[in-house]
Amino acid sequence: MHPAFSVLIFTVTAGAGYGLLGWLCANELFAWWALSIGMQISIGIIAMVLISIGLSASTWHLANPKNAWRSFSCFRTSWLSREAVFAILLYPIAALYAAAIYFQWDSVGIWAGLCLLFSFIIVFVTAMIYASLKTIRQWHHPLVPILYLLFAAMSGGLAWAFLLAWNGLELGLLIQVLGALVAFTTLTKLSYFWLFKVPGGSSIQTATSFLNQKVRILDAGHSAPSFLNNEFIYDVAKVKLLRMRWLMLSTTFVIPFALLYWLPNALTLAIAFVIMMVGLLTERWLFFAEARHVVRLLHGQQQV
Amino acid sequence: MKLGLAIDLDTCVGCHACATACKQWNTSGTIGPLTDTNPYGKDPNGAWLNRIRTFEVDESPLSKTVNMPLSCMHCEDAACVTVCPTGASYKRDEDGIVLIDQDRCMGCNLCAWACPYGARELDPGSGTMKKCTLCVDRIYDEQLPEAERQPACVITCPTNSRVFGDFDDPESEVSKLQKQREGKPLMPELGYNPVNTYLPPREPIERPQGGKVLGKVKQIVNRIIHR
Repeated sequence: MHPAFSVLIFTVTAGAGYGLLGWLCANELFAWWALSIGMQISIGIIAMVLISIGLSASTWHLANPKNAWRSFSCFRTSWLSREAVFAILLYPIAALYAAAIYFQWDSVGIWAGLCLLFSFIIVFVTAMIYASLKTIRQWHHPLVPILYLLFAAMSGGLAWAFLLAWNGLELGLLIQVLGALVAFTTLTKLSYFWLFKVPGGSSIQTATSFLNQKVRILDAGHSAPSFLNNEFIYDVAKVKLLRMRWLMLSTTFVIPFALLYWLPNALTLAIAFVIMMVGLLTERWLFFAEARHVVRLLHGQQQV
Repeated sequence: MKLGLAIDLDTCVGCHACATACKQWNTSGTIGPLTDTNPYGKDPNGAWLNRIRTFEVDESPLSKTVNMPLSCMHCEDAACVTVCPTGASYKRDEDGIVLIDQDRCMGCNLCAWACPYGARELDPGSGTMKKCTLCVDRIYDEQLPEAERQPACVITCPTNSRVFGDFDDPESEVSKLQKQREGKPLMPELGYNPVNTYLPPREPIERPQGGKVLGKVKQIVNRIIHR
């Protein structure tokens, strides 16, 4: 699949934003750290800015954005529509949460709980846009939403740790929790790679209905690349994919993990967060570049 | 009704006439235009609703060249319709034709991702998705003589390899063909229940050889004619 840069920015930035908002709300519910009103609201605003950057990036890849407002209409069937609805609904809820913090309403816990729930749902629903597509084996898998949620919790958690340390708060157990989260996510991502090591599923035989014979393409029917080639047949050299995997593993997991344990102060945590965001962009690029759509079978690939 | 096409892989010669007839009709039809970018340049690109691929099936000396036209299969469980966030993609109850409302489409490409057959292409001009309409603006047009109320690709096919009809009607030509020739769906494992059916190439017919002597004579005659 062709990795559209706008979609990479969207899922990574908004993911971190929803993650950060989730940590803020969880803190409200479980009272891990005592934060000032100003600090809570500032963290909430930072999260909403990240989310808004991501959401606006997601509209860049629309070829006909003037109809984007219609995407709220198919909530019952379309994951993309659900995502749009939940993403917009979060704004008034987050505003009410901010008001609850500022005016110290008794209902602040309810608004925090709702924000946490919505953040979780939105990340899950975003992942389901991909995971619901049966045409792409590498996406149609339960690990896809699980990984999206883990990445959001991890990157948001790192931003949360940085903001706490920056304000001179004691991190305490957070370092261990984040370290464990990074380690667990690494293992999950590695098992995802391992799962899709070998091509499987639909083949050129099932795509052409000649189930028991050898099939090979002679001519794809067009002399220049078409929409289908540009969208679905994104070929990258194996060496480059491997390099990107190493880059992804080191920047998303290894370096942030090392920085977390080595000297967790505001500066190193900020550096770790930036490096992790680069890593997550690489991860999302790989998520697209390594996904093989079944249309490739009709262009001569033997199996996806 | 369950309208669709039966496509004969035995007789299709891969002339691309169906694709060009489709483009010609639909570029000025209800979903038109079908924009092309750089049509006479080095890298032409544009929206086509029908594409023909050519495969070699089996291994030499038994191999056969099979031309495979691919357009929308008007699936019974069309994922392209359910993934659409704007409601632009829809499947008609009355005849099963899958269509796109050009005034609602926001060009997010998700339906093209959901389609396993590459049947949907984004129009680089309008930024909306285009697909086969089964010539809905033709098959119901009472101004046309009845014989012409068929999709453009079907009318134009020089070898009658494309047959249009109602798969719900067991007496229709497509239903009979599907039964007689054991028509097959493409990628049935994905569970979209495509309506279009592909009729596999017929088995080669054994030539009557006659007696041993007659066969020898025929062989000699054939060889002489061949020279």
